[in-house]
Amino acid sequence: MVDWPLISVIIFLPLVGGLIILFIKEDELTAINIKWSALFTTIGTFILSLILWLQFDYSNPSYQYEEKFRWFDDFNFFYHVGVDGISLFMILLSTFLTPLCILASWNNIKKRVKEYMLSFLFLETVMIGMFASIDILLFYIFFEAVLIPMYLIIGIWGGDRRIYASFKFFLYTLLGSVLMLIAIIVMYRNTSSMSIEFLQGNYFSYNTQLFLWLAFFASFAVKIPMWPFHTWLPDAHVEAPTAGSVILAGVLLKMGGYGFIRFSLGMLPEATEFFIPLIMTLSIVAIIYTSLVALAQTDIKKLIAYSSVAHMGIVTIGIFLVNQQGLEGAMMQMISHGLVSAALFLCVGVIYDRMHTREIKFYGGLIQRMPLYATVFMIFMLGSVGLPGTSGFIGEFLVIVGAFKFSSYVVIGAAFGIILSAVYMLYLYKRIIFGNITNNKLVDILDINTREKIILIPLAISVILLGIFPNLFLDPMRLSLELIITNYEIANAK
Amino acid sequence: MLNNIYYIFFIPEIFLACSSFVCLLFGLFLKKNAFRQTSNLAVFVLLLTILLVYYDSESNFANYKSLFSHSSFINFFKILALLGSIASIIISKDYFLGIKLKNFEIPILFLFSTLGMMLMIASNNLMSMYLAIELQSLSLYVAAAVKRDSISSAESGVKYFILGALSSGILLYGFSLIYGFTGSMNFNDISFYLSKYDNLNLGLIFGLVFVMVGLAFKVSAVPFHMWTPDVYEGAPNSITAFFAIVPKIAAVALIYRFCLVPFENFYLEWSQIILFLSIASMFLGAIAAIAQSNIKRLLAYSSIGHIGYILIALVAANDDGIKAASIYMFSYMIMNVAIFAILLSLKVKNEYLINISDLKGLSRSNPIVSLSISVIMLSMAGIPPFIGFFGKFYVFIAAIEQELYALSVLGVLASVISAFYYLRIIKIMYFDESTSEGIINFKISFQSKIILSLSLFLIICFIFYPSLLINISASLSI
Repeated sequence: MVDWPLISVIIFLPLVGGLIILFIKEDELTAINIKWSALFTTIGTFILSLILWLQFDYSNPSYQYEEKFRWFDDFNFFYHVGVDGISLFMILLSTFLTPLCILASWNNIKKRVKEYMLSFLFLETVMIGMFASIDILLFYIFFEAVLIPMYLIIGIWGGDRRIYASFKFFLYTLLGSVLMLIAIIVMYRNTSSMSIEFLQGNYFSYNTQLFLWLAFFASFAVKIPMWPFHTWLPDAHVEAPTAGSVILAGVLLKMGGYGFIRFSLGMLPEATEFFIPLIMTLSIVAIIYTSLVALAQTDIKKLIAYSSVAHMGIVTIGIFLVNQQGLEGAMMQMISHGLVSAALFLCVGVIYDRMHTREIKFYGGLIQRMPLYATVFMIFMLGSVGLPGTSGFIGEFLVIVGAFKFSSYVVIGAAFGIILSAVYMLYLYKRIIFGNITNNKLVDILDINTREKIILIPLAISVILLGIFPNLFLDPMRLSLELIITNYEIANAK
Repeated sequence: MLNNIYYIFFIPEIFLACSSFVCLLFGLFLKKNAFRQTSNLAVFVLLLTILLVYYDSESNFANYKSLFSHSSFINFFKILALLGSIASIIISKDYFLGIKLKNFEIPILFLFSTLGMMLMIASNNLMSMYLAIELQSLSLYVAAAVKRDSISSAESGVKYFILGALSSGILLYGFSLIYGFTGSMNFNDISFYLSKYDNLNLGLIFGLVFVMVGLAFKVSAVPFHMWTPDVYEGAPNSITAFFAIVPKIAAVALIYRFCLVPFENFYLEWSQIILFLSIASMFLGAIAAIAQSNIKRLLAYSSIGHIGYILIALVAANDDGIKAASIYMFSYMIMNVAIFAILLSLKVKNEYLINISDLKGLSRSNPIVSLSISVIMLSMAGIPPFIGFFGKFYVFIAAIEQELYALSVLGVLASVISAFYYLRIIKIMYFDESTSEGIINFKISFQSKIILSLSLFLIICFIFYPSLLINISASLSI
């Protein structure tokens, strides 16, 4: 363990970097300085978060590296941060993806570089802060503050319909999260505590739980997103710049899953038990429906966006199975989806930068000109399908194993979705990569350059690493998940 | 005790009244720069008044006990109103000079209106309350119409006057009913008289409703809000700034005191009225603002929406409610000071900014100004980590403490709707490509810059050290 405030440094380092960038004058020549400062800051944050992992105590299920200061004098609101097995990898995912995002926008962001980098650094601070909070109000503040930079990223640097997409994103998620604010205040009123740790041991009356659960559901179901609350996602993804989509798919969707584990399972176990059939139904509908929708898409980004909804359906099934395999599978699926979908968006970004279109019809036969690109794209495509040996397999497999304990109908639904995911991903791959070049504009297309290699190869390595050594990731989170399951079972056995 | 007659001049209100006359004479005999000098003197007078309010001890008020009351809540709101009027005089000075409206009477009108507000906040008697409201309003009617050669200014002044007179009439009729049925004008006596009864009789209910209507007009709660957008739009920007910042503070304090002191025990009777006013104001404020293209009308509807939230805390009617109201009012004042400090310094093609669409391209020509506007807008929308979020947060804490779940849910829903128009301003500044660059001109005087930076600092940094304000507001008693 470390004796200095490691978590706070990780949370606020990007913000400090952002403040420094604020004072760099921006013009043609100095824009590069801004980019380098942002890159160094985010890489530094990533290295610090690796220390977090290396020093992590695997035998301790509760929070580690805790820091606690009294903040508000009049009620029990603390600046209280820490990391446990569940949040550890979410933080690592955020710190890992942000430098890649900065690199991915190295050349294609030409206007307002300063504001762009500032938004990303602020976004990183609030994302990490959210996953590290042990105080609900602190969690809420970070949870809502995420909207500000994301709104700007979509709205300023997005595509043609960016204004519509950014407003939809902001208002949709705000509507969900304000209901959570009410729920948080009700929780505080009943228990006089805002500590996530404390509230996980404290049980509300059954009726209160039902209302609280619905309020949290409104917020997380929009965020994750579950069918039928997913309509903001395709718009936001399509209009966002590449790096924006990467963060959106890679980290922001995980906020919903993380919230479900922490709040719904951890604090409202009896209500969760009541609502499990609802979640299962919505998830299976989501998996099958959005997979079919994905099959019909003509825009690559939109296809991946819909596939995200389907994959998050597997996550919600896994979470609400509330058994060891299900939860571990959900966590693995979240990490894997964070890497794979981020990588897929980056891959789309690579060809978009060259051709400025995302129409599937436009492409074809890229393997003739871009063999290396075809290879990395294949790795991510297979990861998304869930081929054994890639990260996607572990998550889906564990969820299905866990689902057998619950109901075979759920298994059938989930498995059907996985088959469909193979269909749409392979079909996409075939149309873009294989065949002969039919479009003359593609004749001169260049293979990925060094910068893109630096972005994509670490992602490819981690996708395979996750698939071959899942225990590297499962071991730290196992005890924390067990704790949640035990609490859940005790509460429901009463 | 009042040992020495000279001490009477240290009563803040009397000091302010006398100093206002001194200012008037001072302005009258100045040959040059009368407006600027009088404004400076007015700011100085107000600062001294703040000191007097702060060190004011209860004994000073011994002679006026039946007319005016004294409590920490009153002092807090008095200081808030004084700070608001200092800020608005300072930020509007350059604007007045810019539009060549150099009547030195304007700061004097502000002083008299502030005096009226202080008396309003402190009043403990129906009669003194009415007189204070009239002193405040009359000064404001004149201020709204101060730009005599402008039709819109005159129109707004007349509109304000007619509707204000009507509401004062209704208010007075309500007072007469209350006096007729309780036989007393003093808040405490009314409260004492009413404590003998379980229900209000019909006459008193009528009286209460009439007074509520009059007060709702003063805080511009829906459905008595009609004057607000028109007066905001018609009056010169700097007068609008004063309207937006200061009188609301006094009116809110007054409505709190009126509900919670004489009618303390008849919560059910008045809370239904306030409940309706609150919901209607939040939703109308949020929805009507969406369609506005004039920034002043937009801010008018935004202020109507804010009043809705403050009234939620009044419906809660507990200690948390008082705390929430004072925190909310503080944040409201700070945010309005900041936004008007910017608006009064922004010129588009040598005209002061009116249309929201003129903000286009501001993020390129003045990145810092547009960043500040964005922060203020997000804060007004109640997005953390800015101060506006904590205002709303405390309001909802108070409401849930009273188990007003439906009201809280409606409140947050309205805040989502209102987020739309605040975001629209950010959208115009950042997302819209500007066709005409470099025509927006931001020129701000040193003093306003200090006010602006200070209020921005409070908006952004409140989260780092909230306890200062919260401890003060937690200790307030009505």
